[in-house]
Amino acid sequence: MTLLDHLPVLVVLLPLFAAPLCVLIDRARPAWLLSLIASLLSLAAAITLLMQVSSSGAIRYQLGGWAAPWGIEYRIDLLGAYVLLIVSAIAPLVMVFALRSVEKEIPRQRIARFYAAMLLVFAGLAGITVTGDAFNLFVFLEISSLASYAVISMGSDRRALNAAFQYLVMGTIGATFILIGIGFLYMMTGTLNMIDLAERLPAVSETRTVRAGFAFLTVGIGLKLALFPLHLWLPNAYAYAPSAVTAFLAATATKVAVYALLRFLLEIFGVQFSLQAMPLDLILMVLGLAGIVSASLVAVFQQNVKRMLAYSSVAQIGYMMLGIGLASTTGVTAAILHVFNHALMKGALFLALGAVAYRIGSVTLRDFAGLGRRMPWTMAAIVIGGLSLIGVPPTVGFVSKWYLVLGTLEQGLWPVALLILLGSLLALIYVWRLVEAAYFGQPPSDAATLQEAPLSMLIPVWILVGANIYFGVYTEVSVGVASRAAIQLMGIEG
Amino acid sequence: MSGLPGLYNYWIAVFLMMAGFYVVISQGNLVKKLVGLALFQTSVFILYISLGKVAGGSAPIFDAGVTVYSNPLPHVLILTAIVVGLATTAVGLALIVRIQEAYGSVEEEDIHAQDLIDDERETPTQAFGPEDDRQ
Repeated sequence: MTLLDHLPVLVVLLPLFAAPLCVLIDRARPAWLLSLIASLLSLAAAITLLMQVSSSGAIRYQLGGWAAPWGIEYRIDLLGAYVLLIVSAIAPLVMVFALRSVEKEIPRQRIARFYAAMLLVFAGLAGITVTGDAFNLFVFLEISSLASYAVISMGSDRRALNAAFQYLVMGTIGATFILIGIGFLYMMTGTLNMIDLAERLPAVSETRTVRAGFAFLTVGIGLKLALFPLHLWLPNAYAYAPSAVTAFLAATATKVAVYALLRFLLEIFGVQFSLQAMPLDLILMVLGLAGIVSASLVAVFQQNVKRMLAYSSVAQIGYMMLGIGLASTTGVTAAILHVFNHALMKGALFLALGAVAYRIGSVTLRDFAGLGRRMPWTMAAIVIGGLSLIGVPPTVGFVSKWYLVLGTLEQGLWPVALLILLGSLLALIYVWRLVEAAYFGQPPSDAATLQEAPLSMLIPVWILVGANIYFGVYTEVSVGVASRAAIQLMGIEG
Repeated sequence: MSGLPGLYNYWIAVFLMMAGFYVVISQGNLVKKLVGLALFQTSVFILYISLGKVAGGSAPIFDAGVTVYSNPLPHVLILTAIVVGLATTAVGLALIVRIQEAYGSVEEEDIHAQDLIDDERETPTQAFGPEDDRQ
C-alpha cells in the first residue's frame, strides 16, 4: 500500500497528532506554524480524495486491515468528500487569520493550547465526514464538540464562559440522544456499519424501537446543528468566542452536523422511511421556515454584529432544513449546495468581523460608524459577504436560493417560495443597517489613528470573498458535485 | 420479552435518564447541573450494557464447554463512551472553576443577572484574570 491509499485516515490523523505536539511545544509561533502545516496537508489530502471519489466512486478504507463488519470502516462518498473539502479548506484560511487575531485576544501562554484545541475540533469534524461507522461518528462528534467548548471559553469577554457552559450542557444532551439512537439501531440490527444498517433497517422499520431511535437521532443531531427551536446555545457561543473560532465554527461545525443529518436520514434510514413513512419532511419544512423568519427578525434588532450574524446563521440553517424537507432531488441539491455556499459567506463575514475586532476592539453596530472610509477593504468584504447572504447575483447566495426556490416551485409550494423571499428581504434589512453605519455614519474623533487590517487577515478574508463570487459565476463544480451527491442520496442511481 | 419484569433493566435506565435530565433542567447550581448531566449519560451506558446480555450466556471469555456467550461489543463501545463522559465532566468542571473566578458565583441566576448588566455596559468584563499575561 502506498501513502495514497491511506489518505482517508491521514486526513484525520494529521490534525489529531499535531494537537498534542502543539501542547508539548507550548510556544505560540511554532504551535501556529504546526497547525497551519497540518491543516494545509489535510487540505491537500481532501482535494485528492474528492478527485478520486469524483472519478472512481466511493472509497472504502479498513482501519487496521480489519474487514468491515468487525473493524471500523472509513467510507468516503461524494457527499463526504465534498463536506470534508469545505472543512479542510476553511481550516488553513482560519489558521492564517488566527496568527494576529489570537495574539490580541488570548493570553500568550494559552495560545499553544488554543491551537491544539482548534486542531482537535478540525480532526473531529474531518472524522465525521470520512467515517462509515455510526458509533465512530458519535465519538468524532464528541471530540469536535468537547474541543469547541474549550475554544469558545477562550473568548476574552467573561460571557464566553457562560456561553460555553450552556453549549456544553445542550451539546452533551444532543450527543447522548444520538448515542441512544445508535443504541436502538444496534439493538434491532446488530451492526454499526452504515451500509449494513441501511440494508437491515427496512426489514425492522415497522418496530417502535427503530422509530424511537429515529426520533432520538433526529432531535440529537438537531441540537448539534442548531435547528430552530434547538438553537438557543448558538447566538451567545458565536458572539463571545474568539473571532477566529467563530469564523471556523460558523463555517464548518453546523455544516458537518447537517451532513450527519443527511447521512442518517437519507442513507441509513432511507428516503422512504425518513421523509415519507415518518412525517419528518413536513416537520423539517415548518421548522426550517419558522427558523428563517424568526431568526432573521431577531437578527434585525441586534446591536452586536457578531450576534446578529449568529442569528442569521440559524436562519441559514433553516434554508438547508427546508431543502431537505422538500424531499426532492432539487431540494436536497439546494441543501447540500447551501452547506457549501453558507460556509463561504459566513466564513468571509466572520473573518472580516474578526479584522474589525482586531482594529477597534469591538463589534457593536455603533462602533461601525464611518468604518467604510477607515477600513475600506474589510468593509468591502463585509458588503460582498452581506450581498451573498441576501442572495444577490452573481454571488453564491443567489445560486443556492435559486435552487431552493426552484425546488419549492417544482411542487407548487409558492407560499414557501414567498417566505424564502421574505427571509432574503429581512437579510437585506440587517445587512443594510451595517452598511448604513459603516458608510453613512460619522466616525468618532479618534478616526485618524485607525488603519486597515493587517495583510495576514485581509488575504484569507478576500480569498473567501473571491470564492463567493467565483462559485457564484462558475457553478459547474459546486452545483455539479452537490447534485450528483443528492442523486446518490435520494437513491435514484442506486 | 413480555411484561414488566423482563424489561426491568430498561425501566431502570429510563428512570435514571429522566432523573438526570430533570436535575439538568431544574437545578440552578452549575455543579449540580453537571451531576445531573453525568447521571443522564450514565443511564445510557447501562442501557447499552444491559442490551449486550444474551439469555443464558456466559461472560465473553473463551472457555471449553461454554457455547453461549453474552455480546461483548456493547461493553467495548461503552468503554469509549465512558471516556467521552469523563472528558465532558472534566471540561464542564474546568469551565465552572473559571466561571467562579470571573463571576464569583456558580448560581445560574447570579450569572444571568451579571450578564444582563454586562449587556447594558459599554466595555466587556475580561474573562482572564491579572495573572494571565495579556498583550
